[in-house]
Amino acid sequence: MNAPEICTALKERFADAIPEAKTDNVLQPSINVVPGTIKEVALFLRDDERMKFDLLMCLSGMDYTGGKLGVVYHLDSTVLKHKITLKVQLPTDSPHVESVEEIWKTANWHEREAFDLFGIIFDHHPDLRRILMPDDWDGHPLRKDFQVPEYYNGMKVPY
Amino acid sequence: MDPRAITAEPQARRPDTVPGLGRSLDSQEMVINMGPQHPSTHGVLRLELVVDGEIVVDVIPHIGYLHRCFEKHCEHMTSYQQVIPYADRLDYVAAMSNELGYVVGVERLLGIKVPERVEYIRVIMAEFSRIVSHLIAIGTYGMDIGAFTPFLYCMRDREHVLDIFERTCGARLLYNYMWVGGLSHDVPPDFQESVRRFCRYFKPNVKELNDLLSYNKIFVERTANVGVLPAAVAVNYAVSGPALRGSGVHWDLRRDDPYSIYDRFEFDIPVGLGLKGTVGDCWDRYMVRVHEMEQSVRIIEQAVEQLPPGDVQSAIPKRIRPNAGELYARTETPKGELGYYIVSDGTASPFRVKVKAPSFVNLSALPAMCRGAMISDVVAILGSIDIVLGEVDR
Repeated sequence: MNAPEICTALKERFADAIPEAKTDNVLQPSINVVPGTIKEVALFLRDDERMKFDLLMCLSGMDYTGGKLGVVYHLDSTVLKHKITLKVQLPTDSPHVESVEEIWKTANWHEREAFDLFGIIFDHHPDLRRILMPDDWDGHPLRKDFQVPEYYNGMKVPY
Repeated sequence: MDPRAITAEPQARRPDTVPGLGRSLDSQEMVINMGPQHPSTHGVLRLELVVDGEIVVDVIPHIGYLHRCFEKHCEHMTSYQQVIPYADRLDYVAAMSNELGYVVGVERLLGIKVPERVEYIRVIMAEFSRIVSHLIAIGTYGMDIGAFTPFLYCMRDREHVLDIFERTCGARLLYNYMWVGGLSHDVPPDFQESVRRFCRYFKPNVKELNDLLSYNKIFVERTANVGVLPAAVAVNYAVSGPALRGSGVHWDLRRDDPYSIYDRFEFDIPVGLGLKGTVGDCWDRYMVRVHEMEQSVRIIEQAVEQLPPGDVQSAIPKRIRPNAGELYARTETPKGELGYYIVSDGTASPFRVKVKAPSFVNLSALPAMCRGAMISDVVAILGSIDIVLGEVDR
């Protein structure tokens, strides 16, 4: 299936969950999904006979600035050889999204990374801890408004 | 279908009764630290092992000791080109492959086409770096298991490749060789001859390695039927590269999602067959690497014969400023699928670069492979997925 067909099929199944889709004249077709429904959409995409997106290639946190964070899911099907990108936009003051760890195990560490570096909270994640930064780090470094702290544990940061 | 059904994990084996005692021994679990300074973790990785006697109940990897915020650096560069030296330092034993992934992504974003000669040289260099990376993986794996000699043989062969790299671009480990739209240097005049000489020299050495290590009884005993990763679980964990093919999945981006000019070459995709034990065990993952080196030599031999003349810098853009847009570009590096998610906002530096590092993802499947194994098997399993911490921590 190509991207417009996938988008149509998704819209048939989840009418209210797809506010926007860019599938024509772009390098990478993408479908925006409402944060609350991402888990149902993901499960449908993995298990439906026409979709079979069994591989979550990448899960990225994003800071779009202007009070918006986001999560981008790159999906691939090793069986049917098609790809699609899902996007979720979240408000910076309450960045909650449902975890897809139960659907693709690989999301576990990717979601921990997005939590660590962007502060996005994945609800019902089994083990949402920092993964790359030290446990006692303040703030989320990949946010665009992140300020490098002057001191870390009493040591002066030399940059 | 229950979302968890696909990844049902094996439970640790516990003896029901102790012979002569008639009941099980009272026991409790113990937590052992392995690393961060441990010779077989291949870098600064800490594994928290929960063990029941000699049996591993759970493994909790702790990473981040080498974290240097590559992604933040990318956003603060003044041009796309400046990211390349940092990309070198992700998987530092196969730096050429990292560069290739990044430049392929940026070139697609820019919509430029590079000269034929550049494509061929890039493929040759990327395959050489696959050989180098696999030689290190195999050599150090043997050392983890207790065979020291193959390591020296592998390092000896690796030196020949590094010589070719050095004569091409002056560097032996971190090259900054592939630029957006071209290469930093053309190859030296005797390049083709030295590549042919290496191929002639290297092919018998693979057989020697097989005799010395691959079919060695002690080595097989330590690796066969250990750390079995079933295909469905591997895909669910998005494991890639030799670790995925070791589980018997025919999946190689050079064939399944071709980039550069890989569709012009003939090569096979070796997969694990379970010759010594179960499909997806440590020996299968190891053996896939050995066969892949042979296939890389095949690709190099074809590419070097077809190498066209030309200028390697003619297509380098004066300024790199892609239109606003985004792209997930993935390439098959020695460790697996290396993805760069590059977002451009139309300025001279990337808005966001996310790296999907194959070692990071493969390491996340380690607990699933280790549960129920013995403590000494953890070393064998970790070595067989071949991680580089520079890439895990970024």
